[in-house]
Amino acid sequence: MTWVTRTALVAGLGFLYAPILVLIVYSFNASTLVTVWGGFSTRWYGTLMADAPLLAAAWVSLRVAVLASLIATVLGTLSALALERQGRFRGRGLFTGLVFGPIVMPEVMIGLSLLLLFIGIGLDRGVATIVIAHATFCTGFVTVVVAARLRGLDRSLEEAAADLGATPVRVLATITLPLLAPAVVAGALLSFTLSLDDLVIASFVSGPGSTTLPMRLYSQVRLGVNPEINAASTLLVGLVSAAVLLASWLTDRRGRA
Amino acid sequence: MKAAGPRRLFDRLVRLPPFLWLTTFFLLPFAITLKISLSEPATAIPPYLPVLDWQGGLEGWSTFLEALNFDNYATLAADTLYRDAALGSLAYAVAASLILVALGTPFAYALARAPSRWQPRLVALVVVPFWTSFLIRVYAWIAILKPEGLLNLVLLRLGLISEPLTILNTDAAVVIGLVYAYLPFMVLPLYAVMNRLDPALREAAADLGASPMRVFWSVTLPLSLPGIVAGAGLCFIPMIGEFVIPDLLGGSETLMLGRVLWTEFFSNRDWPLASAVAVLILAIVIGPVVLFRDSLRAGEEERP
Repeated sequence: MTWVTRTALVAGLGFLYAPILVLIVYSFNASTLVTVWGGFSTRWYGTLMADAPLLAAAWVSLRVAVLASLIATVLGTLSALALERQGRFRGRGLFTGLVFGPIVMPEVMIGLSLLLLFIGIGLDRGVATIVIAHATFCTGFVTVVVAARLRGLDRSLEEAAADLGATPVRVLATITLPLLAPAVVAGALLSFTLSLDDLVIASFVSGPGSTTLPMRLYSQVRLGVNPEINAASTLLVGLVSAAVLLASWLTDRRGRA
Repeated sequence: MKAAGPRRLFDRLVRLPPFLWLTTFFLLPFAITLKISLSEPATAIPPYLPVLDWQGGLEGWSTFLEALNFDNYATLAADTLYRDAALGSLAYAVAASLILVALGTPFAYALARAPSRWQPRLVALVVVPFWTSFLIRVYAWIAILKPEGLLNLVLLRLGLISEPLTILNTDAAVVIGLVYAYLPFMVLPLYAVMNRLDPALREAAADLGASPMRVFWSVTLPLSLPGIVAGAGLCFIPMIGEFVIPDLLGGSETLMLGRVLWTEFFSNRDWPLASAVAVLILAIVIGPVVLFRDSLRAGEEERP
């Protein structure tokens, strides 16, 4: 590695992490003024634990994230199996667009159009509608992760099982899924963090009493920087980093397993 | 693949759930949005007209269709607000994408050239902020960019400036926010392409006497073009509809389509107009989406 590439690497990672580190450091600031250092303190974490609306919002987000990531994992894994193991089938182009479209589509559009659907079919807005919306946009991300591993799997194992007379269901259950397990879990964790993080889509499709954590944080952030938000952000960053590290560790084992 | 009867049935059953789900919750909603963009706002529930009379049979359909019109699109074309928002979105997205290419290319290259045992960990380091709350990462910049924020504090202390710079709530803050939030989107596909390049090509160029800079410009960069296109597309498309960044870091005059849609919907409660803005966003991104899909497919085919 030359000094040029080393500098680029350090500068790039520094740029990515500096704002997050600033946030974490200030969350332990005793001063009420966010940018004036008043000594180390965990008082804002205490305030946070007493903030009932924030905790209620966190509970909504948690429930939504668990349910949405379960649905997205099933749908995303099935999509990956279809795209990687079924060759050319009728409607493949449409299917690909349906699976990957939500990844790039601007969130305001997904949120608005889903809300219009829910109103149109008379579905009351609440936790269920947020779960549906999140499962829809997370499916493609699961597909990307699972398809990558499927591509790396030795197909002859599945073919051998089929030649020996195993039914397709049996092959899937005893060969493919166990080999896919780390990628499926990684996909589930990534959906979980995506759902936990979403503000825009949830704002459109949530109803009274189903305010999610990002919605609550956003309404406070609009009023300006506030040390309690720094504490909440630090906790959230910690939780998400743990999930991502676990996910990357699981996909990483691919090479060694 | 030759598929026997039960195998074919199985394949269909695998495809069916995601197909039905995404048709219902991704494709159908767009059709509804298109329809409502042709309706008129109304003080009712739902707040638009006409509403299809399901019991009205054929006659219900025809009165319904006759009531649809292009008024909202005429409003979009006539009011400079929407034109400026569309141009603003494009300008911000283009500027941020260009900066992302300029910053992301050396970063991705450095990742690809790092010792291979470090690479999975370095990639994970790039991925972590990408999955970390978008809202929080944008929020973090407020404390850095505001007049009494960290950046001004450091610059003043270093004596580089004599009075605080106004960065927050300006165009610069929006572009900084966009570049920051989308950097991993740019770096990861680019890294994937650069990582697959055959090192023999670089070595051959170097053996023939090319300087490291020359090798980068005439060998690595041209071969990485598919990654640059994929990364820029992956950033450009969602940036057009971006809401959080212009709302938190931009000023009151920062016009982007995502923010206009949000305001029409939540503040003005004009659902048909908001839907028309959504269709406009779709019209702008559909070209890059197709391009992006093609570059994704090209990437898939060159894989051994």
